[in-house]
Amino acid sequence: MQVPASFEFERAESVEHALELLERYGPEARLVAGGHSLIPMMKLRLAQPDALIDINGLAELSHLKVTGDTLVIGALVRHAALLADEAVGAYFPIFHEAERVIADPVVRNRGTVGGSLCQADPSEDLSAAFAAVRAEAVIAGPGGRRTVPIREFHVGPYETVVGPGEMLIELRVRIRPGAGSAYEKVERRVGDWPVAAAGAYLRLDGGVIAEVGLGLTAVGAEHFAAPFAEAYLIGKTAGEAVLREGARIAADGCAPQADQRGPVDYKRHLAGELTYRALSRAAERSGS
Amino acid sequence: MRVSVTVNGENFVRDVEPRLLLVHFLRDELRLTGTHWGCDTSNCGVCVVQLDGVPVKSCTVLTVMADGHEVTTVEGLEKDGELDPVQEGFVQCHGLQCGFCTPGMLMTARWLLDRNPDPDEGEIREAISGQLCRCTGYENIVRSVRWAAEKEASV
Repeated sequence: MQVPASFEFERAESVEHALELLERYGPEARLVAGGHSLIPMMKLRLAQPDALIDINGLAELSHLKVTGDTLVIGALVRHAALLADEAVGAYFPIFHEAERVIADPVVRNRGTVGGSLCQADPSEDLSAAFAAVRAEAVIAGPGGRRTVPIREFHVGPYETVVGPGEMLIELRVRIRPGAGSAYEKVERRVGDWPVAAAGAYLRLDGGVIAEVGLGLTAVGAEHFAAPFAEAYLIGKTAGEAVLREGARIAADGCAPQADQRGPVDYKRHLAGELTYRALSRAAERSGS
Repeated sequence: MRVSVTVNGENFVRDVEPRLLLVHFLRDELRLTGTHWGCDTSNCGVCVVQLDGVPVKSCTVLTVMADGHEVTTVEGLEKDGELDPVQEGFVQCHGLQCGFCTPGMLMTARWLLDRNPDPDEGEIREAISGQLCRCTGYENIVRSVRWAAEKEASV
C-alpha cells in the first residue's frame, strides 16, 4: 500500500491567497491541482512536501479563451477541457493531437495543463507542443507577474524557472492566420509516455516557410526545441527534400538516452521521422 | 482535518488525515468496498469513481480534495432497487469474469453514455482505455455498454 508521508493541507481561495500560503510554508510547500504527477511521487516518497496547497478551487485559473489574436489557457485547465475545446482544435490541431495521446480519458479529466508543464518531465507531450508554437508562460509571485518564453521555462528535467513562492498562472499563444500544426508520437502502448514525439508549427507564404516551430520530447532536446532545424527551414520552399533535411537536422540536435523504451539510434530515427511527418501535415494544414 | 463529502447522495462528515486517499476513505471509513483498490499508480482504473459526475482514479485523489464535493461509487448506480442499464448490460452480455475491474468500468461507462448516448465500438474502447481488465474480457465489456446504450435508446 502506497501512502504519502504526512503533510499540512491548505486550500487556496485565490491566487493571492495561494501566494501567501507559499510564502508562509516556504520552499518545501507544493501547489497541487490534478495531482496526477505529484501524488504518485508522494506515494513513492520521491516527493515529501511539508505542505500541499490545493488550488483546485481557483476558477480564475480555469479560463480557456481567445482574446484578440491570443489563445489564453489557464494553468488549471484540465487536459480533457483543452481536448474538448473547438477553438483550440481549429487554431492549434497540435494541442488536440498531443492531448489525445496523453495518458487516458480518466486521467485527462483530472490532470491539468499547468501541472504537466510545471512537473517538467523530460518526456511530457505538451511541453513539446508549447515549444513548437512558442507560447509564453505567465508566472505570479510576491513581486507581481512576469512573462517567460516557454523555451526558457524549463531549465532541466523536473526543473522550471517557477521559483519558490511563485506559481504558473496561464499560457498564452499568439494565433497567426494561415498557420498549420501537427503532433506525432510513438508510444509502446496506449496512454504511455512517448518513445519519441515531435510537434510542428508552420506558416507558409506562397509555399515558402515564413514561420516554423519544432517541438521534440523524450529525446533530450534542449528546451524541447530544435532551433538549428528551424533556422535551416525558414525562408525555404516547403518541399519534401527540404522538410526531410530539416527533420534530419532536428534529429541530429537531440540527445536521446537508451532506456526500456528503446536504444539511442532508434529514438534518434524516430525524432527525425516524426518531425518530418509533423512538418508535412502542418504544411498541408497551413493556409487552409 | 474535518471533511464533509456527499457520497451517493448521503452526506458524511469525518476527521481524516490529509494524506488519506479517496479510495481508502470510501473502502475503510465508509465501508463502501464496491470501489476496488488495484495498482495504486493511476494505471489500472479499478478505483474509478465519479467526482462531481466526472470519472477519476480515486487512488490519486486525496479525500480532502473531495471535501464539499459529490462522489458517486458503484453502490450509487442502482436506483430504487433497479439496476442501472450499464449494470444490467454487464449481466446480460457477460461483461465480467473475475469482477475486479467491473466497478470502475461501470462508472466510466455510465459517464460515457451520459455524454454520448450512442457510442460506437471505438468510442467505448477509447473511454475505457485507462482501465485494465485482467481477464482481458474487453469484447464483452464493449458489448455490455452497447447493450445499455440500446436499452436506453428504446425507453
